[in-house]
Amino acid sequence: MTSAYDKPIPIPANSDLTKPFWEAAKRKQLIIPYCNSCSNLFFYPREVCPNCFSKDLTWREMSGKGSVYTYTHVRQSVHPSFQSANGHIYAIIELAEGPRMPSGIVGCEPEEVYVDMPVSVVFEDITEDSTLVKFQKS
Amino acid sequence: MSLRGKGAIVGIGEVPTRRIYEGRSMYGLCAEAAGLAIADAGIAKDDIDGLVTDGVALPPAVAEYLDIKPNFATGVSMQGASGATATMVATSAVSSGICNTVLVVMGNSRQDAERAGRPSGRGAAGPSVRSEWEEPHGLAPGANTGYGLMYRRHIHEYGTTEEQLAKMAADQRFNALENENAVFNGQPISKEDVLNSRYINEPLKLLESVMPCDGAAALIITTPERAKTMRNKPAYVLGVGLKQGEANIWQRDKFTETPAVDSVRRALEMSGYTPSDIEFAEFYDCYTILAAMCLEDAGLVEKGEIGPFYEATDTTYKGDFPINTDGGQLSGGQPGLAGGFRHVIEGARQIMGKAGSRQVEKSDLCLVNG
Repeated sequence: MTSAYDKPIPIPANSDLTKPFWEAAKRKQLIIPYCNSCSNLFFYPREVCPNCFSKDLTWREMSGKGSVYTYTHVRQSVHPSFQSANGHIYAIIELAEGPRMPSGIVGCEPEEVYVDMPVSVVFEDITEDSTLVKFQKS
Repeated sequence: MSLRGKGAIVGIGEVPTRRIYEGRSMYGLCAEAAGLAIADAGIAKDDIDGLVTDGVALPPAVAEYLDIKPNFATGVSMQGASGATATMVATSAVSSGICNTVLVVMGNSRQDAERAGRPSGRGAAGPSVRSEWEEPHGLAPGANTGYGLMYRRHIHEYGTTEEQLAKMAADQRFNALENENAVFNGQPISKEDVLNSRYINEPLKLLESVMPCDGAAALIITTPERAKTMRNKPAYVLGVGLKQGEANIWQRDKFTETPAVDSVRRALEMSGYTPSDIEFAEFYDCYTILAAMCLEDAGLVEKGEIGPFYEATDTTYKGDFPINTDGGQLSGGQPGLAGGFRHVIEGARQIMGKAGSRQVEKSDLCLVNG
């Protein structure tokens, strides 16, 4: 954790809606919206279920397991703080439970990443208030 | 022509008006109203194939939020007259056969403005899906990130190679050499030059990515009767099709499929032609991979076979099947939204016989993907 973190922190479109997600991340839990009416697990969070319009929504904890659905090795970043010698991996992770989410792969060289690579969740405390959900090779 | 009797309102939904709905957003409120109207009409969500908003609620964001994929979508941006105008547009759309059932929706949340007012400290646009779920993981410039994700997936699923797509960029540059309006006119490049250009986000390279530019484009459309009295040989619009995809690429089920699957099918059905009738194509090419996937989805190339197609086909204006005969956006540059519009311009220009030294041999039937 550092106060000098200079990369973009998550800025919620609706902080009331996603507060549980970010608080769970701080507790090292990955939770995903779940519809009590139609059993739909979905991501990103919405105020109504995108399948059945129900507002009877809750959060389900995920296993933290998944795989790399696709990725790109970013060499030139839109945000200067991301600039580095060998760039970084921006990936779409398919969780074992189904939903997909954007994230990054940490703990290995970008060249080691491949489509379908099994991953598990890791939590990166970037500021006192913010914890990012990242993934590493498992 | 009149719209009289051509549209019928079959369901309504309203979220009660209050001073403030804590913890809600315009999109959430719109989605709720949409659900009520759908229920009131007694139809299924999937019956909706058109969407009209006020333009403040962006149609792609609304469609994605509701997980609907309409064949017609627009925001009218008419300020106070938006409700009436949106109703008129929806009526017009159904009467002309573009779609059958249109959702017209708009709303407001005062808290959205408060949220938007929060300082981001990095010049970002307002809070969004992008600012919360994408930017913290490090995006490449422009729209590069999503197209890199698609490209990687296309390689994985179909064995497409970077060399194969480099040929697309090289063929288009050849065409741009005959187009004085192209920003890269006079600057030839080879397939190897494309392959050797630096990665922005692997597998996407610099010469596979569009360059932002200044410029403009325009055309005049009139009735066939009026066209007959004018001096030019006209280019007739024989079919149109639209399919609204997701606002965010990562919300797609299939990263290697584009909405062109449906939009082109609809356009061809209207025209009475099939893909094999098409003589040349002008396809939106912000990145090689997008034009590649759209050419497949249009049925011009079998799905997954775009790589071998480019290896075996001369797609220059002189070639077996000309594509992006003015150099496209990759070699012509991208003057904002006029970049995509220019594909329509070039298709018309060829059909009108005004393409000069890059005039294609068979120029009666063009497929444009914007």
